[in-house]
Amino acid sequence: MEKSTTKKIHIDKTLKTNLITYGIVIAAFIIVQFLISAGQVSSLMKGLLVPLCIYSIMAISLNLTVGILGELSLGHAGFMCMGAFSSSLFSVSMMDTIPNAGIRFFLAILVGAAAAAAAGIVVGIPVLRLRGDYLAIVTLAFGEIIKNVVNVLYLGKDSNGFHFSMKNAMALNMEKGGTVILNGAQGITGTPKNSTFAIGVILTLITLLIVLNLINSRSGRAIMSVRDNRIAAESIGINITKYKLMAFTISASLAGVAGVLYSHNLSSLTATQKNFGYNQSIMILVFVVLGGIGNIRGSMIAAVLLTLLPELLRGLNAYRMLIYAIILIVMMIFNWSPKLIDFRKRYFHNNRTKKERV
Amino acid sequence: MALLEIKNLGISFGGLRAVDNFSITIEKGQLYGLIGPNGAGKTTIFNLLTGVYKPNAGTILLDGNNITGKKTVDINRAGIARTFQNIRLFKDLTVLDNVKTGLHNSHPYSTVAGILRLPQYFKVEKEMDEKAVELLKVFDLDKEKDTLASNLPYGKQRKLEIARALATGPKLLLLDEPAAGMNPNETAELMDTIRFVRDNFDMTILLIEHDMKLVSGICERLTVLNFGQVLTQGKTADVLHDPEVIKAYLGE
Repeated sequence: MEKSTTKKIHIDKTLKTNLITYGIVIAAFIIVQFLISAGQVSSLMKGLLVPLCIYSIMAISLNLTVGILGELSLGHAGFMCMGAFSSSLFSVSMMDTIPNAGIRFFLAILVGAAAAAAAGIVVGIPVLRLRGDYLAIVTLAFGEIIKNVVNVLYLGKDSNGFHFSMKNAMALNMEKGGTVILNGAQGITGTPKNSTFAIGVILTLITLLIVLNLINSRSGRAIMSVRDNRIAAESIGINITKYKLMAFTISASLAGVAGVLYSHNLSSLTATQKNFGYNQSIMILVFVVLGGIGNIRGSMIAAVLLTLLPELLRGLNAYRMLIYAIILIVMMIFNWSPKLIDFRKRYFHNNRTKKERV
Repeated sequence: MALLEIKNLGISFGGLRAVDNFSITIEKGQLYGLIGPNGAGKTTIFNLLTGVYKPNAGTILLDGNNITGKKTVDINRAGIARTFQNIRLFKDLTVLDNVKTGLHNSHPYSTVAGILRLPQYFKVEKEMDEKAVELLKVFDLDKEKDTLASNLPYGKQRKLEIARALATGPKLLLLDEPAAGMNPNETAELMDTIRFVRDNFDMTILLIEHDMKLVSGICERLTVLNFGQVLTQGKTADVLHDPEVIKAYLGE
């Protein structure tokens, strides 16, 4: 009798924290919808709503690699780029074949996730043989490679079907009336603007569900055991290559989903240093580190706050980035200083033991 | 047939012959001790047995199957589990999850079933929870099952490592200095636990230990290793009175 009740508490505890995380997202969505209908949201803020979802998904998915698998990846924006371009290509070329925007966008999300997952596997197999700093540097390189390769691809469509080249648009040799879909560094134009805040929130929730459920399952334990002690994990029969690759691929595929949201939020998509370069990868890593490595909810909140902050500070002009930097430092101290961690532990630990006794 | 049969095992690191011509036969259900001075090659033999190193020479037969040079993962599946000299727990996982990780291969369900929370997930997780708690009870750790492994006191960490190894359902359990850093009371308790594991889990145990009280108390047979070679092997009482062993290791 006593045994079964204690077990229930154990399961409920992780379930409860997960439900709080989902609740925060849903509550934020409802509040924003309410503010919009009350006319309290500026058009600038409205434009930020989808990017907030994009960065949340990016931060959550990177935390799977950095916090749960324990490997530092600096190429996360590369996978986002993969998802963005593959899904845009799909949407633009299927515009006539699948006229229903809902179905087309749904399929585009799957295409983006699958393409990014494939990139994750291709990059992951060589990269995951490395560890620590070496792995970080190689992921950085792969992220750049993905972005730069996309910049020299040309793809067109005419009555004969698809034409492909890596030289220039003329080399596609298309018939009259053919259209260039992907035009090298000029990217893809005419992607339908299907991304909405509601869809973004739904995708964020799905991302959370996948990552949180994965962590609290057999495979999640295996992934974390590899993180905590590789040699011990092997000694109890865990295939470390399989679980490393699994975590890395799922993480890449979710970044691909963020990419789909990104590309379907803009009418013209190009791969530049700013959106898919290593600056972006490091920005996402900053969200993860500040929100707490391994803390999924924290990284999501950090992504939202740090995306909003520069916009909220816009009125301060020149001081904007200075204040932003100071806030970063303060957040870092708050999250990671040993004294503050001790303080929080003492405070929360007391609460928790009290609850457990009841 | 012997459970473990090692013949002429050898490995070199550069010019150093760390283990040379090492042979041992362990019968099912035996409690076997491997002793010798520091640097004699005891842990190297454990690493050879579990596939961390690949031997240059010799064969290892487990229950008649040749496992020489196989991968660590496959050797564990074949039936060898171990603990480590310097404790290697999954420190950021709870005590319960450490043991459940050991149950990974015997209690499978797909990753998709885990993510989508299919009925299979709940069924297998429940079985794992029950099995893990049962194991933790043996080591008197069931009350601390929700504690992080890194927050356990040292003696209990050693016990948890044994519990995790047992969770993989091995035929042969290798314990690398299980009593290191324990006080006499903890060591006495550990001796009871090791005996209990052997009797109740039908286990064969090979252990490395420097604590002679533990070795003479529970080991039935001993092999003494010196400079990578077998100095002598036989019944515990005989070996401990061997003048060669006293000279090389125990001291007069």
